[in-house]
Amino acid sequence: MAIVEGATPNGPDRAARHSAGGLQRAGARPGAAAIVSTWVTTVDHKQIGILYTLTTLVFLVIGGVEAMAIRWQLWSPDGTKIGPDAFNQLFTMHGTTMVFFVVMPMLIGFANYLVPLMIGARDMAFPRLNAFSYWLFLFGGLLTYFSFLAGGAPNVGWFAYAPLTEYAFSRDHSTDYWILGLLVSGIGTLAGAINLVVTILTMRCPGMSLGKVPLFVWMMLFDALLLVIALPPLTAALAMLLMDRGLGAHFFDTQAGGSALLWQHLFWFFGHPEVYVMALPAFGIISEVVPVFSRKVIFGYESVAAATVGIGFISMGVWAHHMFTVGMSNTLDAIFSGATFLIAVPTGIKIFNWIATIYGGRVRFDTPMLFALGFLAMFLMGGLTGIMLAAVPVDWQVSDTYFVVGHFHYVLFGGSLFAMMSAFYYWFPKVTGRMMSERLGRWHFALMLIGFNLTFFPMHIAGLLGMPRRIYTYSADRGWTYWNQLSTIGAMLLGVAFAIFFWNLFVSYRRGKPAGDDPWDAWTLEWATTSPPAHYNFEKIPVVRSRRPLWDLKHPEDPDWDHE
Amino acid sequence: MSQSIQSPASAAPDTRHGAGLRADLGPADRVRVGMITFLISEAAFFSTLLMAYIMYMGQPMPGPTPAEVLKLPLAVAGTICLLLSSVTVHMAAGALRGARMGAFYLTLAVTIALGAAFLVLTAMEWRELIFEHRLTISRNLFGTTYFTLVGFHAIHVTVGVILLTVMFALAKARQVTQANHDPFEVVSWYWHFVDTVWIAVFTLVYLVGR
Amino acid sequence: MMRGAQRLVALRNYRRLWPLRALVPALIGLATMAVSLKNCSAEENLSVFSPASPPATAARDLFYLILGVTGAIFVLVEGLLIYSALRYRHKPKGEKTEPAQIYGSAPLEIAWTVAPLLIVFVLFLVVVRSVVEAREDPSHANLVEIKVIGHQWWWEYVYTDETGQIIRTANEMHVPCGPLGDPTPVALDLVSADVVHSFWVPRLAGKTDLIPGRNNRMWFGTDAPATYYGQCAEFCGMQHANMKLLVIAEPPEDYRAWLENERSDAVEDAAVAAGRERFLALACVNCHTIRGTASRGVVGPDLTHLMARQTLAAGAAPLDRDKLLAWIEDPDTIKPGSLMPNMHLSKADAELLVSYLETLK
Repeated sequence: MAIVEGATPNGPDRAARHSAGGLQRAGARPGAAAIVSTWVTTVDHKQIGILYTLTTLVFLVIGGVEAMAIRWQLWSPDGTKIGPDAFNQLFTMHGTTMVFFVVMPMLIGFANYLVPLMIGARDMAFPRLNAFSYWLFLFGGLLTYFSFLAGGAPNVGWFAYAPLTEYAFSRDHSTDYWILGLLVSGIGTLAGAINLVVTILTMRCPGMSLGKVPLFVWMMLFDALLLVIALPPLTAALAMLLMDRGLGAHFFDTQAGGSALLWQHLFWFFGHPEVYVMALPAFGIISEVVPVFSRKVIFGYESVAAATVGIGFISMGVWAHHMFTVGMSNTLDAIFSGATFLIAVPTGIKIFNWIATIYGGRVRFDTPMLFALGFLAMFLMGGLTGIMLAAVPVDWQVSDTYFVVGHFHYVLFGGSLFAMMSAFYYWFPKVTGRMMSERLGRWHFALMLIGFNLTFFPMHIAGLLGMPRRIYTYSADRGWTYWNQLSTIGAMLLGVAFAIFFWNLFVSYRRGKPAGDDPWDAWTLEWATTSPPAHYNFEKIPVVRSRRPLWDLKHPEDPDWDHE
Repeated sequence: MSQSIQSPASAAPDTRHGAGLRADLGPADRVRVGMITFLISEAAFFSTLLMAYIMYMGQPMPGPTPAEVLKLPLAVAGTICLLLSSVTVHMAAGALRGARMGAFYLTLAVTIALGAAFLVLTAMEWRELIFEHRLTISRNLFGTTYFTLVGFHAIHVTVGVILLTVMFALAKARQVTQANHDPFEVVSWYWHFVDTVWIAVFTLVYLVGR
Repeated sequence: MMRGAQRLVALRNYRRLWPLRALVPALIGLATMAVSLKNCSAEENLSVFSPASPPATAARDLFYLILGVTGAIFVLVEGLLIYSALRYRHKPKGEKTEPAQIYGSAPLEIAWTVAPLLIVFVLFLVVVRSVVEAREDPSHANLVEIKVIGHQWWWEYVYTDETGQIIRTANEMHVPCGPLGDPTPVALDLVSADVVHSFWVPRLAGKTDLIPGRNNRMWFGTDAPATYYGQCAEFCGMQHANMKLLVIAEPPEDYRAWLENERSDAVEDAAVAAGRERFLALACVNCHTIRGTASRGVVGPDLTHLMARQTLAAGAAPLDRDKLLAWIEDPDTIKPGSLMPNMHLSKADAELLVSYLETLK
């Protein structure tokens, strides 16, 4: 066996050297250069997880600023604050940033930090590949943003439909930056996904069968498998587009017999699993937080796990519900509509499981739980508008309108982002050893909940009143002004909420209450380590016998394994 | 708490690593599981390119068509090279497991040579297509899909040849041995995969599509 | 009553009652929304809830059904959530032990799997039928067929009259309306000259994309004279926002009169002969057609009956002398990024040309 107590690919000696930042005399404080060098060369999953998180927080601010600019321009009809060229870059970069450089990498960062701890391992399966993944993500993001300095950012929408992206219609290099940035960071993501799959399949501690892993780990396994299957078609499509633009190929060149629809099919074959890639880890976070703050075991672990697998499979068969308006046959429309309706079932089941966990519990409304409850409320709404969109004739009316913008923000912001906020408050103590401020957390939550709903609920109405997406302005006669203004006010509230969040992070890191190993009285293995964990995670690799090893230790009279 | 987590001794724990999965995976399987996962992603990638080729097959277009310019001899020769190389790399893996280093170096060298031969044959075919038949990636849909599909495959063969050469050097440096044969094993899997993709490409492009 | 007051006090003290805090604004929002959804007060009504054509009516009805079902689910599930969270909240003075750990319940889980499956299955069947009905090309004695060609960033319409003559116009679509209760269907053949666009007039029908290299088909039918508004609904580049749609449904006699006018060659007004000569001498002829003259360009909109339209540049501006002048002097002032180049005309030329264009009724 490769994993023996204390023996790691890095080894305890190297671990000690790493945390001290190079060869040190005992007791000497490492200099700034040494600290930077440690972080730049680290292959430790915890540090890489922190790197991912901090980097995505920066991209979050940038993407947020882009959104604020959009809302500012859309405040009044016939707006002239931002012209069409700039506006088209803004919404393209906002979408690209939030999907590829914020939500997905932030969740991968959380997984990097938490998965080895949760499965009782000392690191990921391939630590150097792990670091490589992070740096590729960073460089991909930087490359995409470099376009602002190089003639203009991508301006073709985050899903970049052909033939608008062909050289004939996009003469500058902005689209090339979009392609290359995504290719680079995509390879990083794929490497990260492979790393996660291998780690979860081969590095679990003794006794932790796949049926006993924390649900966050289970979700990450299927998340990573989804990426492994769904990301390469995007890579292929990006390569095809690059060849069209650079080498005169004709994949999407409709003038030469190429197909505009091929791009749509390929992109959405990736794009739809991608949104589940962004949702599954959020489900995992909620599945960890809700039980702990309800003081009850998750209701129906097996069905939550099975539902995850179901969602993973079905998600690869719904992609063309983004294409109901392209004129596919009745049969195809029906198939994709049916699959989309179907996927609502395992998703809904999960919500019932979570509510059943809360029911009969002893619910504590600490900030992680507030965000988890917010997630449940908002994600449900997003899921229900998704059911509306699955009804093809309704989709024919509201597709490509602000109704869809409202829908996906409810599931991605009200869903994934709220879950990520919950994760921050829940695991910040483990990562830093300090608690985040509850007072600031409650203000953050309240303002974010109200601001979010005020921003995105009116969008459903604007869409139903005929407002399409991606328009840099609208005329006053159409009756959309009021709803746009509500959204803009909501966005400003969201800005304040995020400011409070960042302030909370900063202030808590400096002066937060010391957390101890297990501030929430939780049950999974990461809470058995120090806060922050030692470089090697566990002195001795744990041996477990149930899904909640710490519950078993705290309740020897009624261990989980009697009931599982 | 920094105490180790141990379930009470009265409950006999299932101490196998990764217990519960039929294959009983543990850390020793990292490299293998990693390569299999990677190959799944590669299969998704090539499936997309193959699908694009199928989609545009037979479409009316100007310029050279497959039937006009694709000649079997070179392609068949390349196919034979690759198929043989899969046999030899399999022999090499077996030799390494049995610590028969002489056989290992020989069969590995033949594999590398066959892989290089395939690339040379591809280059020869492309030279003919581009300069004699004026078929380029931008000429028509056939050129677009053909060069993309065969080109990405050739890139993968190139990477494979490089990996095999690196394995050769590592073996010489006693890093790849009978005890540490997993890395070579998975590189041979990669090589088999590339060969399988070629069988699909050859069948589609040179047999069905012509 | 004391108990009630106590409960009220307890509630007021409970600062973390986030669901209630969100409830009041939610109710206000709902009320406003219900009132506004018909959007009757807007000058240009694009509301999905004001259908004027069978496909749009079918979509709205289906939406109501789904809204009802999902609304009920929402109230039920959200209610359960709020109830569970509040009813089982941790009371500091309460028990210190952990609550009963419930690991699952097969009957319950089966029930809440089967019930949603049934619901979505029924919805699915309704949707399939709705799709089939909507896609059936209507057969009607008075069916009108129009070919729509999408351009960056304007609409080209091609009519074929009874004699088989082709009539091209741009941006404003006139259609005949039927008598009340018997809408006259209009079938559109949708193609694109460049990138993907989408034809969307919400009060008439759901949107259908215009995809280069592909023909798509949709239909709508009206039974009362009215003007319908819409705009391109698939991002198509710089001026996607200003690719507006105007569909004017009018009684059959008016429609025939309009078509007759459109079919005719351009008005030849001797008073603006100088302007016409100038037009024909400049590069305008490379892009525009004015039937009856030598101008036969097909890159830009047909201008033969420009003044029969209400707007300029696909709804970017109203059509009047000032706007027309501004447009031909520098299109970027009205529609930045428009593919019509700045011709760098002298003021005199511009005035002359506009005087000529104004006669093209």
